[in-house]
This record gives sequence, structure tokens and C-alpha cells, in this order.
Amino acid sequence: MAGWLDWLTGQKNKSAGQAKDRLKLVLINDRTDLSPAQLDEMKNELLAVIMRYVPINPDEVNITMSQEGREHRLLADIPLKPAARKR
Amino acid sequence: MAAKVLTITSGKGGVGKTTTTANLAVSLARDGKKVVCIDGDIGLRNLDVVLGLENRIVYDLVDVIEGRCRLRQAMIRDKRLPELYLIPAAQTRDKNAVSPSDMVRLTDDLRAEFDWVIIDSPAGIERGFRNAIAPADMAVVVTNPEVSAVRDADRIIGLIEAEEKGPARLIINRVNPAMVRRGEMLSAEDVIELLAIELIGIIPEDESVVISTNKGQPVALDGKSRAGEAYHNIARRLNGEKVPFLNLDEKEGLFQKLARMIKPGGN
Repeated sequence: MAGWLDWLTGQKNKSAGQAKDRLKLVLINDRTDLSPAQLDEMKNELLAVIMRYVPINPDEVNITMSQEGREHRLLADIPLKPAARKR
Repeated sequence: MAAKVLTITSGKGGVGKTTTTANLAVSLARDGKKVVCIDGDIGLRNLDVVLGLENRIVYDLVDVIEGRCRLRQAMIRDKRLPELYLIPAAQTRDKNAVSPSDMVRLTDDLRAEFDWVIIDSPAGIERGFRNAIAPADMAVVVTNPEVSAVRDADRIIGLIEAEEKGPARLIINRVNPAMVRRGEMLSAEDVIELLAIELIGIIPEDESVVISTNKGQPVALDGKSRAGEAYHNIARRLNGEKVPFLNLDEKEGLFQKLARMIKPGGN
């Protein structure tokens, strides 16, 4: 019984899964020549620029890298705060 | 005849480029094709020993390029097969002795006479790789299901595309089905998803590769082993046949299956 439980909980932590997750990130960095630190920096700068024009909640912003074949795409989902009505 | 020039490359060393070159050449020749393979690894020659032809070398690639012999004189015929030849690499020369345009000229001289010209690229992304890829009509990237090999394969795939020699095809070498089942080795599907290029072969880890290389007789010569069969299937795919991929789980007996059901986390 314990075997099954270990199997269910352990499957995600098997080394093949770890290898795949690590490789996904490494390949994005290699292909785009962007380190994770640079990516974070870029996100912060993007947010700063956007905030100069419209009010947003930085916590709701979701910027991700998507992959289709060997091409990458930077996807930004940025919910805008309703503007305070001017009278 | 108008040969296709096929370059076998990998980025990382030790993943089985030379073994793959030798076995694809042997498989294609067994199917009646006229094949010449060229060892592109100047200074670290090895295709000769893997093919078991090391005792017959007189002239090499650099001798041809520098005009010390005719092309024919540097081509060693493999007597076990009707039409298989090797042009060995120079062992002692400076690797800058060969340029990409030299390789294009050399392969152009071979095209008329052969069905396949197969070039074994050295590891790395330097001059040797550029020499090997320059004349290619098709590029094959060999990798193992390991993080470093997959990462380097991705780099090389990018360079092949940059040289406008893409899309590269993928061979995943040394897959251990038992480890994949246990979740302790990347599966072929994982590697394909990561690298996003077309697969043309999966070679299972197989003791007979080491044994046959020890003897200088590539596994594909008799084609009885799993790896030999897998190489032969790649050769058929290269010739345009639709060949299904080997089911690597096939060999698992009833006992192993039962054992796995009872103890899924174990071996």
C-alpha cells in the first residue's frame, strides 16, 4: 500500500520530470539570450512604462514565455484598473 | 546518380555521432546504396576504428585537399559490403588545413558517383562543425536523453538553421526503456517536445553496440540486435520509406510487467 502512495506522490518529483522542467527554462534562456534576471528586469521596466499611462495592479500582471515549435513568444496579460471618473 | 550529402552532428561529444555515422553508412550500403562516409574530425580520427578499417589507411582527407593524392586513393573500400567507402580524417594535421569550401568541392566530386555522402562532424561549434555542415543537403542531430546533451543539441539545431541547412532531423541515442518507465530518464517524447524538430530514429541502449565496436564490426552489419534494427530503420526512413518506430517496451516479459504492477515505484 505504501508503495502506491509513494508512487502517486513521488511521480512528479522523479528525475526525468525535473530534467524536463529545468531544460525548458535553460532552452528559453539559450534561444533568446535572456537570463532569468534580465527577464525579470525587462518585466519590471515594462510595468513601469505601462503604469505611466494607465493604472494597473502589478500583482495581477502575468508575463510569460510561450513556445510554439522552436519559436518563443512573450505573452503579457495586464488587467487594467477602471479609471477614476473625471467630472 | 546524384548523391545526398548527410551531415551527422551533435554539439556535445560522446553521444554516439561516429557510431551513428558508421551504422547508417553500413545500413544504407546493405540496402544496395552506394555510400561514402567522411570523417570530419581532423586530429581526432575515429570513424576508421568504429568501422574496423583502421589498418588500411594510406592517405587521408587532408592529403586529398592538399593535392598529395587523388580522391580515389584516399577512399578505403569496405570489403564486407558491395559499395561502402571511407575517407579517413588526418590524425596529425592542423585542423585549419580544411575549409568549408574545400568540403563543398570534395563532396561535389563525389556526388555523381554515390547515392549517399555521410559526413561525421566533430563535437563543438567551431571550424570542424562548419566544415561538416557546409556541403550538407540534410543535417541529423544525435542526442542522448540527458540534460547536457539535449541542451547542446538545441544549440546545434539553432546553428544549423542559421546556416540555412535546416530543418535538422533528430536521432535519440542510448534510450534505456526501463529507466524511462521508472520516470528516471527523459522519454523520446520529452526530448522531441523540448527540441521541436522531426524525429527520424530512437536507438535503445544496447550492449551489442559496445561489443561490436570492440570488434570493429558495426552492429548494423548483421542487424540482429535491437540497436542494429533501429539503425536499419533510420536508413530506410532516409530513403523515403515509412517505417514505424520500434516499440521499446516490446521486450518486457510477463514477469517484469507483473512485478511492475505489484511494485510500481521499484525496478
